[in-house]
Amino acid sequence: MPQILVEDLAKTYRVAERDPGLMGAVKGLVHRRHRTVEALRDVSFSLEAGELLGFIGPNGAGKSTTIKILSGILKPDAGVVQVNGRVPFTDRIAHVSKIGVVFGQRTQLWWDLPVSEGFDLLADIYRVEPARYRANRDELVALLRLERVLDQPVRQLSLGQRMRAEIAAALLHEPDILFLDEPTIGLDAPSKLAVRDVVRRLNRERGVTVLLTTHDMHDIEALAERVIVIGHGQVLADSPFETLRANVLAERRLVVDFAHEAPDLNMPGVEVRSRRGQTLELAFDPARTPTPTLIAALAAAHEVVDIHVGEPAIEEVIARFYDLHGASEG
Amino acid sequence: MDAARPYLAAFSSRFLLMLQYRAAAIAGFATQCWWGAIKVMILAAFFAASPGAAEASPISLAQAITYIWMVQALLALTPWGSDPEVAQAVRTGSVAYDRLRPVDTYWLWYVRGGAWMVSRAAPRAALMLLAAGLALPLLGLEAWAWGPPAGLAAAGFFTVSLGLAVALSSALLMIVNIVVAATLTDRGAVVLYNPLVIVFSGNLLPLALYPDWAQTALLMQPFAGMLDIPLRLYMGQLAGAWAWAGLGLQVFWVLALILVGRAALARVMARLEVQGG
Repeated sequence: MPQILVEDLAKTYRVAERDPGLMGAVKGLVHRRHRTVEALRDVSFSLEAGELLGFIGPNGAGKSTTIKILSGILKPDAGVVQVNGRVPFTDRIAHVSKIGVVFGQRTQLWWDLPVSEGFDLLADIYRVEPARYRANRDELVALLRLERVLDQPVRQLSLGQRMRAEIAAALLHEPDILFLDEPTIGLDAPSKLAVRDVVRRLNRERGVTVLLTTHDMHDIEALAERVIVIGHGQVLADSPFETLRANVLAERRLVVDFAHEAPDLNMPGVEVRSRRGQTLELAFDPARTPTPTLIAALAAAHEVVDIHVGEPAIEEVIARFYDLHGASEG
Repeated sequence: MDAARPYLAAFSSRFLLMLQYRAAAIAGFATQCWWGAIKVMILAAFFAASPGAAEASPISLAQAITYIWMVQALLALTPWGSDPEVAQAVRTGSVAYDRLRPVDTYWLWYVRGGAWMVSRAAPRAALMLLAAGLALPLLGLEAWAWGPPAGLAAAGFFTVSLGLAVALSSALLMIVNIVVAATLTDRGAVVLYNPLVIVFSGNLLPLALYPDWAQTALLMQPFAGMLDIPLRLYMGQLAGAWAWAGLGLQVFWVLALILVGRAALARVMARLEVQGG
C-alpha cells in the first residue's frame, strides 16, 4: 500500500463572471453568471514512503489544488485520496497531525510574535511533548541557521529568513510527510540553496516523504528523483527526472563563431536558431547528426574561430513541453 | 488537560497580544466615557421632562445610569462585527493554515474570539469602574455614578451571568465569522449584524425601557444575554427564580448557537475554495 494514493481526482471551482463596464455590472445585478472551472480533471498517482516528488506545471495547472486536497484543506468532488491509509478531508484532525505543509506565498507564523513564541504556540497546538519539542526545535534551529532571528518578530524577517522559519515551523511536530508549495518563490540564491539542502537532508536522513511544487527547475534538478508534470488538471508526465530530461533534452545546441560573416547554413537535421553578426546558434539532434560530424563539416567549409556545445536551458525545455501539450495558461 | 492544551494556548496568546495595545484601550475608554456621558444626559432629560412616565418606569434613573456606565464598560464584549483575525484569514487565504492544525476549527476560532473580546474589555472596564464608580462619587457626583450591585446574591448572579455572556458573545461572533467565511467578505455580515447587536443587547437603551408588549420577546431573544440579562441581575431586577431563569436563557442560547454554528461551519468548510498560490 503506497503512502499516498490518488486516483481519478477531480475538483471544480465556480467562478463568477460579468461583462465589462457599466452595462455588465447592471446585468450582473439581475442575472448572475457562473462558469465552472475544472481545476483537476483526472489526476492519479501514488507515492511510496521516503520518496521525493517534484510537481511542476504552469500557473493554474492544479498543483496547489492537489496539495490542498492532499493536506485535507479542500474536499475533492470525485476520486480517491488516501494518505497513510486515511482520507484527508474526512479524517482531517488525525491526518494533519502527521503532515507538515509550507505554502510559499503565505505565512503560518504570527506576524507580531517573535519566531520562538510562534514555535512555542505551534508546539502547544500540535500537543508536542515538551522535551521532544525542545530537542526538535534546537535541531531545526541549527539546521536552518535560525539562531539569530529567534527573538525577532516575524514581520521583521527577510523573505529568506522567513521561509527558513516557515519550514522549521512545519516540522516541529515531526511529520512523516512534507508538502512544500513553491518553497523557493522569491528567494535569493543562498536562501534557495539553504532550503534545498534542508529538504534533501530531511528526505535522506529522516526519511521524510516530500512532495514539492515549484516553478524553479533548479529545485527539481537539485532535489527530485521523480517528476510529475501537470497541466489543465491532468497528469501529462510521471517519470524519473532523468527520463524527462532525456526525452525533452535530446536536443543539443552549438554556438559557432566564424572569422567572417555567419554563412547561410543548409544542413539536414540542423536548425538555425539565431544569427548575430559572425555568430550562429544551431540546434540539432545528436542521434541523427553526431556532434563530431557536424563540427567537422563546419570546420571544413568555413573558417571557424570558436565552438561551444551546450544543452537548451531546462526552463526552455519545460516551456516547450507545456506548449506541446497545450498546457500553458490561456 | 492535553486535549485542551491547543485551545488554552490559542486563548492566552491572543489575550496577551491584545493586552499590548494600550493606546487603543485608552482611546476606547475615552470614547466610551464621552458616549456614556451623552447617554446619561439624554436619559436624565427624559426622566426630568416627564415625571409621570419616570414614576411608572420599571427602572429608576439611578439604575438606568448604572446600566449605561456598565454598557460602556463592557462594550468590547458585544462586538459589532466579525473577529478581524478571521476576516483577514479568509481574505488572505491563510484560513488554509487554520485547517492544517490538528484541532477543531470551530473551537479554535471560538476561543480566539473569546480572548479577543475579553482582552479588549478588561482594561476598558477597569478604567470605567475607576472613573464612573470611584471618581464620580469622590467628586460629589454620586447621582451620576456607577452604583453598586443590588446585594450579595445579585453580585453572585451577575458574575456567573457575565461569564455566560462571554460564552454567548463568542458563539454569536462565530455565527458572524462563519457568514464571513462563506461570503469571503466582512462587509455584508457586519452591516446586518451591527444594528441587531446595538438595539437588542441593550446597548442603545436598557431593554426594560421598551414598551411592555415587547418585553417577553425582548428578554427571550439571544442578544439579551450579551448585556441586558447580566445587568438586570446586577440591579436585582431579575431575582430569585427569575434570576435562575435568566441564567437558563443564556445557557440555552449558548448551546443552541454553538450547535447551529458547528453545523454551518462544517458545511462552509466542505465547499471551501482557497484560490491562488
